[in-house]
Amino acid sequence: MTGDANPYVPHSDAERATMLDAVGADGVEDLFDVPDGVRFDGDFGIPSRDERSVRREVRDTLGANADVTEFLGRGHYDHYVPAVVDDLADRSEFLTSYTQYQPEIAQGFLQALFEYQSLLVELTGLPVANASMYDAATALGEAALLADRVRATHGDAIYVPETLRAERRAVLDTYVAGPGLTVETYPTAEGTADVAGLRAALGDDAILVYAETPTVRGCVEPALSAVGDAAEDAGALFCVGSDPVALSLLERPADAGADVVVGDASVLGLGASYGTGLGVFATREEYLRQVPGRLVGASEDASGRRAYTLTLQTREQHIRRERATSNICTNQAHLALRAAVHAAWLGPDGLVALAERCVELPRNLAAEFDGVAGVRAPVDDRHPFREFVAETARPADEVAAALLDRGYAVHAVDDHEVQVCVTETTADETDGLIAALTEVA
Amino acid sequence: MRHDQARWTEEGAYEPLLSETRTETAEPGDALPDDLTRDGLELPAPAEPEVARHYTRLAQMTYGVDSGPFPLGSCTMKYNPKFTDALAGRPEGAVHPDRPDEALQGTLAVCHGLQRHLAAIGGMDAVSLQPPAGAAGEFTGIHVARAHHRANGDERSEVLVPEGAHGTNFATAAMAGYDVVEVPAGDDGRVDLDALRAAAGPETAALMLTNPNTLGLFERDIQAIADVVHDAGGLLYYDGANLNALLGRARPGDMGFDVMHYNVHKTFATPHGGGGPGAGPVGVTEELAPYLPAPVVEEREDGYRRVEPLRSIGKVHGFHGNWPAVVRAYAYIARLGDEGLRAASANAVLNANYLAERIDFDIPYGPFHHEFVASADRDAADVAKRMLDYGVHPPTTKWPEAVDEALMTEPTEAESLADLDRLAEAFDQVARDDDETLRNAPERTAARRVDQTDAARNPRLSWQALDEE
Repeated sequence: MTGDANPYVPHSDAERATMLDAVGADGVEDLFDVPDGVRFDGDFGIPSRDERSVRREVRDTLGANADVTEFLGRGHYDHYVPAVVDDLADRSEFLTSYTQYQPEIAQGFLQALFEYQSLLVELTGLPVANASMYDAATALGEAALLADRVRATHGDAIYVPETLRAERRAVLDTYVAGPGLTVETYPTAEGTADVAGLRAALGDDAILVYAETPTVRGCVEPALSAVGDAAEDAGALFCVGSDPVALSLLERPADAGADVVVGDASVLGLGASYGTGLGVFATREEYLRQVPGRLVGASEDASGRRAYTLTLQTREQHIRRERATSNICTNQAHLALRAAVHAAWLGPDGLVALAERCVELPRNLAAEFDGVAGVRAPVDDRHPFREFVAETARPADEVAAALLDRGYAVHAVDDHEVQVCVTETTADETDGLIAALTEVA
Repeated sequence: MRHDQARWTEEGAYEPLLSETRTETAEPGDALPDDLTRDGLELPAPAEPEVARHYTRLAQMTYGVDSGPFPLGSCTMKYNPKFTDALAGRPEGAVHPDRPDEALQGTLAVCHGLQRHLAAIGGMDAVSLQPPAGAAGEFTGIHVARAHHRANGDERSEVLVPEGAHGTNFATAAMAGYDVVEVPAGDDGRVDLDALRAAAGPETAALMLTNPNTLGLFERDIQAIADVVHDAGGLLYYDGANLNALLGRARPGDMGFDVMHYNVHKTFATPHGGGGPGAGPVGVTEELAPYLPAPVVEEREDGYRRVEPLRSIGKVHGFHGNWPAVVRAYAYIARLGDEGLRAASANAVLNANYLAERIDFDIPYGPFHHEFVASADRDAADVAKRMLDYGVHPPTTKWPEAVDEALMTEPTEAESLADLDRLAEAFDQVARDDDETLRNAPERTAARRVDQTDAARNPRLSWQALDEE
């Protein structure tokens, strides 16, 4: 026996002997009913290290990440996360709990998720928001599957902008492979939807039209309602991709006719985390029973007080199996809690002020880019949100590489286009970026 | 042992909603023209001290592994070592995924390290860290199987799933476009080989199997099962939900599995977080490695590189998965090493066997490993509610259906002998309580019995919906 080999096992050798005696086994290996033919008697070759050593090793390993300032966005964003988020959300009752199958002992987490859902209801204008999906890409995939369920007789085509981030498109392709839907693209202009082009592209087999605001190029969509009208005229659902910071300022998707809103709420409460996301999924009342994932609802308990519980679980895999709306089980609940704490801390004024900075910062930085010889910015004649695209006389990948050498990361998005994201976390570093750009452009 | 959970109450409610304390409406300024902006944003506006109290109270009304025993079957609610929290939040790891590989060598080194460790632990040849949860791992694995068959010019339409399998298996197969064929179990609670032979055929894309299965039983015929599936041209998928039973004792790859997922929030102690984020990395044999989702991290002469496998199924997450779970799992495995991992399984199995021995409940199937399924012999849901009053989280209830009024119990290696004895006492005290007491339970939790029927019949999913009442 190897009790001391695992510091997270409380037993002493004497206690273990007592337990073995109780179960009538000579040794713990006797408890494994594993046939000889498949027994593993090798080792993994993983040495044990003490806690201090592992911490140092991981810290040192991560230290190999280059020390650069990231002006990166395109679907993953860094906003300042106040200390209160870590402190409260990381309380171990929250962190070490699980899906609230026993609501009486999990009221706290359930209420936090209920409040998170309510936040999204206010932001989107849609009455139903779930407790989370994995990320924006998988939420879009689920939106396509919902459209297939409610528009199956209508067709099988999902329309997305030609500029959709390639990885997001790849996830969508995986999700629609099951029911055999097709994904079509529609044209864009100035970084946003080309509505006339969309109308021309839309076939009568359309079941979902997807548009983002802000778009992947950082443009606020000026014709969201017109896109929604085009979707409606084609008999398709209209799905809008956005995020809670943007929706604090931009027109509510419901007002533009959205049937579904997806996106990434990890812009609140998480910061840059190597692409970890918090998928938003909100929809209209009529599709309530088609929603994937967990929903928290209010009810009453035996004492007559308002209490919360997971609800409408007959949509879910553990009840409905192959007829479930989705296979999702574990989701991103703890990140929903983090987002809720962050939003509460900001309050409505803080959220609107943050969103307005997300317009002003890239607008100002684009103007500075435009003042650098060999650079024209912004390329798109649209209001920016967090980011913008700049045209470079030099090949964009050369410009991006030269900036990286000087400690600044930007995207190269086309032969002569770089994309730059700026938030409050990088706002103090823009002078250095402009100086470096002036050297390399 | 008894437990009185903290309870904050006011007239007709517990902790008030933030929206009931103070809300304000913020109006957009002139950053954007009016036609692009929303009307006022109406949300709670608490000051930081109010935020702190609100969420502290909500935490107090939440029960986690750190609160007490949490033997929720199938979920492996083991202790989450604290040092991994610090690593998940390291600032050097707070990076954007679109950095070029050369600026991301630290993150990719951790990813590569975890890929390597998981491959060794599962007996697999290649691993993708991308799936963000177990069900996403299943979805990935079934797409890998589909791509494999298609590459052989072979369209298959069915996925076989044992009747006692996790609900996610059925849902995953359906979501990936397959017809689900349920395989009945034999009297011993394991896959019935004859039924499997009858079900397997030219349409079989894969069999999804959990081993030990959901009754805690090792599928002793696993080699024969693998032969049946492989002879039919199908692949064998391992659901890693119960891997905590087998660390260092048996590996899916050696049993004949072609593709598997790992639940790092179960086996490798990353916190369950109230329902995620977890991670469901997928391991495959060498033959299937070309189909893994992109990217996979490879070690090259010039460092670590994110690579798109040759015939990749594409992607199942917008970026590279749930980083906080990845770094935590790496740290946990590094801390324990071979011997610590073996000890995790040994003690998980010992704890389940000891607890089963201590309680006075019928356990129809065995020998079990890290979990057992007892029969409550009365309403298992009521039994669970009453257990809450004895200071423990109850088992998973009413599933698997092979056991009448099931109590699926998984104590994990983290429970001490004293806590196992308390847990056993909770089982046995509930057994002695009368039906009336059970129906009125729980009494000592923050909330009393919650009316789930009303919640579903009259859905109120936001504070806005409550305001409309």
